[in-house]
Amino acid sequence: MELYSTKKLKDEGFEQILNFFRKKSLWMLHYCTGCGAVELPPTMTSRWDMERFGMGPMATPRQADLLLITGYLSLKSLKRVIYTYEQMQNPKWVIALGSCPINGGIYYDSYSVINRLALYIPVDLSIEGCMPRPEAIIEGFIKLMKQIENGEAVGYKKYQENYKWYKQNQDSVLKREFPVLSGEEK
Amino acid sequence: MMNNYIVRFLIGSLTSIILGLLYMGIGRKFIARIRRCYAGPFYQSFIDVIKLFSKHSISHHWIMDFGIMMGFSGIIATVIFLPIGNFYVFPDMKGNLIIIMYFMTIGYLGMAMGVSASGNPNSPIGIGRALALMIGYEIPFALAVILLIFANGSSLLYNIIQTQQGSIYNWNLLKYPFAFIGTIIALQGMLGEQPFDAMIAPAEIASGPMVELSGKFLGFGFLQHASQIFLETGIITAMFLGGGTIIGFFTKQLFLYLLTLSIASVFPRFRFEDGVKFFWTIPTSFVLFQLILFLIKR
Repeated sequence: MELYSTKKLKDEGFEQILNFFRKKSLWMLHYCTGCGAVELPPTMTSRWDMERFGMGPMATPRQADLLLITGYLSLKSLKRVIYTYEQMQNPKWVIALGSCPINGGIYYDSYSVINRLALYIPVDLSIEGCMPRPEAIIEGFIKLMKQIENGEAVGYKKYQENYKWYKQNQDSVLKREFPVLSGEEK
Repeated sequence: MMNNYIVRFLIGSLTSIILGLLYMGIGRKFIARIRRCYAGPFYQSFIDVIKLFSKHSISHHWIMDFGIMMGFSGIIATVIFLPIGNFYVFPDMKGNLIIIMYFMTIGYLGMAMGVSASGNPNSPIGIGRALALMIGYEIPFALAVILLIFANGSSLLYNIIQTQQGSIYNWNLLKYPFAFIGTIIALQGMLGEQPFDAMIAPAEIASGPMVELSGKFLGFGFLQHASQIFLETGIITAMFLGGGTIIGFFTKQLFLYLLTLSIASVFPRFRFEDGVKFFWTIPTSFVLFQLILFLIKR
């Protein structure tokens, strides 16, 4: 299957002017499954004051531009993350916090936790650490803003173009027809 | 003649939107300073609006498009009756308070129709709360309006402003202080700030009416809120703070808005039925007391 890369899908022309406004007003939806959620309140409130960058928490996926995955994802919550991601409106970005969405972290051998989030939805930026401190999170946000300015943060376009590939990966973990521990794997 | 009106209409409506957004941005910085942090630049709201209009958006029914537009244009239709300093969009109308109060509800009703069509169960809950609260704060506000109409023998904001000219001692703020207190509390409810933000309640009903609005719909919601801030602070400036020249009028509006925000940033949230009860007891009795004093003096 031919996959479209970032280079092919880069923003051009008028989009680049709009990107200036988009990077300065990132509204985020934090999906609080894992322990990373605990690092976000200090990032948002007066100690580290995320609002300086025009960022703020939003209540629903429709209003948000940025989806934060804060920690490990079990198969059940992966399904909800995919629903949430698909409800968000373009342009939209995903940031994965912590080592769990990158390689499974301490849950790497669990039967019910996915190891690599980027296989199922396009992740624009991963912030490693267990858990990353607020400084690291803000560093990550600034990096994402630079990516948006350069027109390289095009995860949502990748998801549209390579939908078949993502769907195939999603189905491979979400559509099991037999009990996980029965030992009858094909 | 016709062109003249169109230009005046554009000036009036654009002023309300631009200044409303500016007040919102300054207000965000103000709240941030109360919380000992810094927030974004004062033009942050303009960036937000441009971003919202650049996003894709999803509509669930044509009623939704229609309702959002009706909500926005309802507020704009009210703003053009407001005297902006000494500028009138329709020089012959002179800001009739009855028309303004009547038109003000159209904005809310349009919004209600639009978001109800979006199909998310949280939005009718939010709208139900907003309309219930409206019954609450309209009582003290309407009583204050009745008091001023009695006192001036006219329902035109132009005449109400005229009687307050000359000196700060002529302001209705000093003539009718209790009515002013009642109206300020009502303003808190009109703008939907704490403690009367039960209709928005992000943690509880996921921002209520706005729950399903995306992209340009939320952008229109933003613009509507901006001109609502301009309108409602403007009415109270004209009623109690003596209107004034253009610059003076804007300064007084900003002062009222920041007063509202400083109350909002230290209060938690009323349940909406408690909010309505509060409006019907405390601010209403303030204004009623002033009305009775006025009738006895006369």
